[in-house]
Amino acid sequence: MLRVDVEKQLGEFSLQASFSSEGRVIGLFGASGSGKTSLVNMIAGLLRPDRGSIVIDGETVDDTAAGIHVPTWRRRIGYVFQDARLFPHLNVAQNLDYGRRMNGLAPDPVQHKRVIDLLDIGALLDRRPGKLSGGERQRVALGRALLSRPRLLLLDEPLGALDEGRKLEILPYLVRLRDEANVPMVYVSHDAAELRQLATQIVMLKQGRVTSFGGVKMLA
Amino acid sequence: MFEISPAEWTAILLSLRVAIIATLVATPFGIALAWLLARRDFWGKSVLDAFVHLPLVLPPVVTGYLLLLTFGRKGLVGGFLADHLGIVFSFRWTGAALACGVMSFPLLVRPMRLSIEAIDRRLEQAAETLGAAPWKVFFTVTLPLALPGVLAGMVLGFAKAIGEFGATITFVSNIPGETQTISSAIYSLIQTPDGDAAAGRLVIVSIVLALGALIAAEWFARRATARLHGN
Repeated sequence: MLRVDVEKQLGEFSLQASFSSEGRVIGLFGASGSGKTSLVNMIAGLLRPDRGSIVIDGETVDDTAAGIHVPTWRRRIGYVFQDARLFPHLNVAQNLDYGRRMNGLAPDPVQHKRVIDLLDIGALLDRRPGKLSGGERQRVALGRALLSRPRLLLLDEPLGALDEGRKLEILPYLVRLRDEANVPMVYVSHDAAELRQLATQIVMLKQGRVTSFGGVKMLA
Repeated sequence: MFEISPAEWTAILLSLRVAIIATLVATPFGIALAWLLARRDFWGKSVLDAFVHLPLVLPPVVTGYLLLLTFGRKGLVGGFLADHLGIVFSFRWTGAALACGVMSFPLLVRPMRLSIEAIDRRLEQAAETLGAAPWKVFFTVTLPLALPGVLAGMVLGFAKAIGEFGATITFVSNIPGETQTISSAIYSLIQTPDGDAAAGRLVIVSIVLALGALIAAEWFARRATARLHGN
């Protein structure tokens, strides 16, 4: 499903990561500054590796030796950022529809309804992002990413900007997403408890290196 | 008492036409340049930036004279355009529009550039992860978010264009009905005996137009802030 073997120098910091996984939810675990976000940005194509390759779902999206670098917008990935990044000039419904429109996909009312029900955002559709709470914003961001019909969903600390109460509010949605949405995910977090609930496999990062790889048990 | 004569109407309508055309033609170039200056680093960027601002600091008569040399009948560009495309600038209202466009360009570009610089680039990244090609990102995220700044630039450019005098009169002279704008009409009137009343009326029209434009620009700027905060 996902194969990563990359090197990247970012100022003083050097990132060297290699792993491959067929897991449904790959948990990228590590302290802040361990290179998690840089790694996810490379999978998304927002950052270009100095050396190495990335294969998503059998398609090579990066291969420095072969000179391959598929631009972000052609990777068919979904990305949920820590800070939601909803488009402020569009309402919730337009935000949700953005990916489908950009990819020229036909409307799919069934899928649309399923995602909206899954995330409980039906009541928010007419609102502007500025009028949403942090938790609501993050749920809309999840829906927006899902509705672009990605083959891989990247989540970079999607609960990181929320307080404990809000986290507990969103977590069940993420579990449902994992069990029902049928999209493989890379889930970045520094919170072991969060990953124990969600991930099926763990990639542990420390100072830019993969220190271990395996089942969720290693977080115990 | 405040009766505007047909001759004054001619000058007012010509001014409006010249300023509107100048603004509309300058806008796409302004947006492109604003984007380039806000987003790209390239060799000679500061020189280009200075060049765009030149009409702001040069004596207008110099800009007008340079336009005459370049776009006049015998000018390098003007001769070519006249011979091959039939476009003539000298002593025509189109020349007045060109002069106004050049003179107002720095004012038109500035708010556009600032509004593009103020856009959170992470929103454009988000658009890209959702499958939007770079040109789609520009038209669906960058431009809509910059729109209040774009409109503010157009309003300011328009206000400058409608008041332009020095470069216009140097380049295309002061021909009633063809190149005599409000400014050059006022200039002629105050040199004519008994022209004071007519000049006064045109002065009032100028003030109203300029004030209206400034208020509109301010309103657009406030909209821009609201928009970027997602309200």
